[in-house]
Amino acid sequence: MKQKSIAVVGAAETTKMGKIPDVSVIGLHADAALNALKDAGLKPTDIDGVACAGLSPVELAHYLGITPTYADGTAVGGCSFMLHLRHAAAAINEGLCKTVLITHGESGRSRVGAGGFGRASSSLMGQFEMPFGPAGPPTMFTIPVLRYLKTYNLTVEDLAWVSVIQREWAAKNPRASFKDPITVDDVLNSPMIAWPFRMLMCCLVTDGGGALILTSADRAKDFPQKPVYVLGTGESVETPMVSQMEDFTSSKAFRVSGKKAFGEAGITHGDVDHLMIYDAFAHLPLYGLEDLGFCKPGEAAAFIRERNTAIGGKLPLNTNGGGLSYMHSGMYGMYALQESVRQMRGIAPAQVPGAKISVCHGVGGMFAASGTIIFSNEAP
Amino acid sequence: MPQRMLPEPTPETKHFWDGCAEGELRLQRCAACGGKSYFPPRPFCPGCGSREVEIYKASGKAVLYSYVINMRPRPDMGTEPYAIAVVQLDEGPRMMTNIVNCPQTPEALQLDMKLKVSFSKQSDAITLPFFEPA
Repeated sequence: MKQKSIAVVGAAETTKMGKIPDVSVIGLHADAALNALKDAGLKPTDIDGVACAGLSPVELAHYLGITPTYADGTAVGGCSFMLHLRHAAAAINEGLCKTVLITHGESGRSRVGAGGFGRASSSLMGQFEMPFGPAGPPTMFTIPVLRYLKTYNLTVEDLAWVSVIQREWAAKNPRASFKDPITVDDVLNSPMIAWPFRMLMCCLVTDGGGALILTSADRAKDFPQKPVYVLGTGESVETPMVSQMEDFTSSKAFRVSGKKAFGEAGITHGDVDHLMIYDAFAHLPLYGLEDLGFCKPGEAAAFIRERNTAIGGKLPLNTNGGGLSYMHSGMYGMYALQESVRQMRGIAPAQVPGAKISVCHGVGGMFAASGTIIFSNEAP
Repeated sequence: MPQRMLPEPTPETKHFWDGCAEGELRLQRCAACGGKSYFPPRPFCPGCGSREVEIYKASGKAVLYSYVINMRPRPDMGTEPYAIAVVQLDEGPRMMTNIVNCPQTPEALQLDMKLKVSFSKQSDAITLPFFEPA
């Protein structure tokens, strides 16, 4: 896409976050949407493009009273919203619509009005993975990690540092689910979930949602909030089965998506002031830092341990506390995008002083898909 | 304990599950692009798209590539922790499986240890391919 041709003009999360037993999934979508519309100074009837995952865009549009000329139901897991944003940018530039609403809502903890998790026993995953006992993401997303650790001569302590440093960021965020400091020993003594992963290396399970509103950069300057421009975008998919990843030490989808986004944005890694990497589990920031090119293969663990991504470090990472400490409803990508937008507006609880460029990188499924969005707060 | 979650073969994968029932681990390879083996089954080569593929009996030899030990067993998997493993077959492809006849501990399950296939009949229709230390 053309750099800075599109801007985020509305962004909000659900009114409540964490445990929300009195709101259903579609209710969370609507709550986030209404908050984002208010943020942008718009009404539902001002929206002519809709996108969401987990819910059909038909359900969303009808529920909110929107008659769209553009609808995107791309559902590739937790990074779907990065793909929605990318597709919406292309759609607006192509004239398919003018103002797109992207929503997310998930009752991950309370399961109010939520569907089940599962695959048909005739699918490839149903035939060639499920019979061997996977019991959800903690036992699947984690499978490549022993190979990664052995390849680069790393230990589980290197994973624990990811959780410890992200908790330091969460402590600065009033809406974070977990704010109390933790040590490496705390992580290594937390209950074993799936060797080598302990509880504090796994994400939260919470309720919540978020929404974004996009329009053309030309129109964006007339909105009440400071526009956040889209500088570059990328996406890719690899495999529905984690056992079939081409390389257990690196995600092909991450590499392809990241390279595309950096190419579109025309920036180098040294230009990046703020970074979000979807962290459903503690190994994901390691893979992300390496596959996006911030670190060489095998060097991300030392980069984090040496506090480069911590408060005061040269590359602030997951400044909301991440899926490990802030919140994780199941498809966390929307919350990573919200934090990038807050940082670019200059209103984040743990604001990075003077940040001008933010990279937001998402994963979907178990290394199945990826989306990368690069934001700038400087007008074209 | 409920019946273990079992695969439902499709026309494209039936040869694999029939093979397991007959004590053979069947892979496919492409005749058009150098005989590279692939998995999971499909009636064309994922490397070049050719439909000129053949089914053959694999050696059943593998090494342990990566795994987790699930401490919270799925109800149909019993009550003890078990490893969910990915093995690398001698022929190249990797597949998910369970490691049997071996303690389910990090000490016993060493990456790159040699393994061989071990078939386990689950129902009249389905036999699963497990692996055990070679």
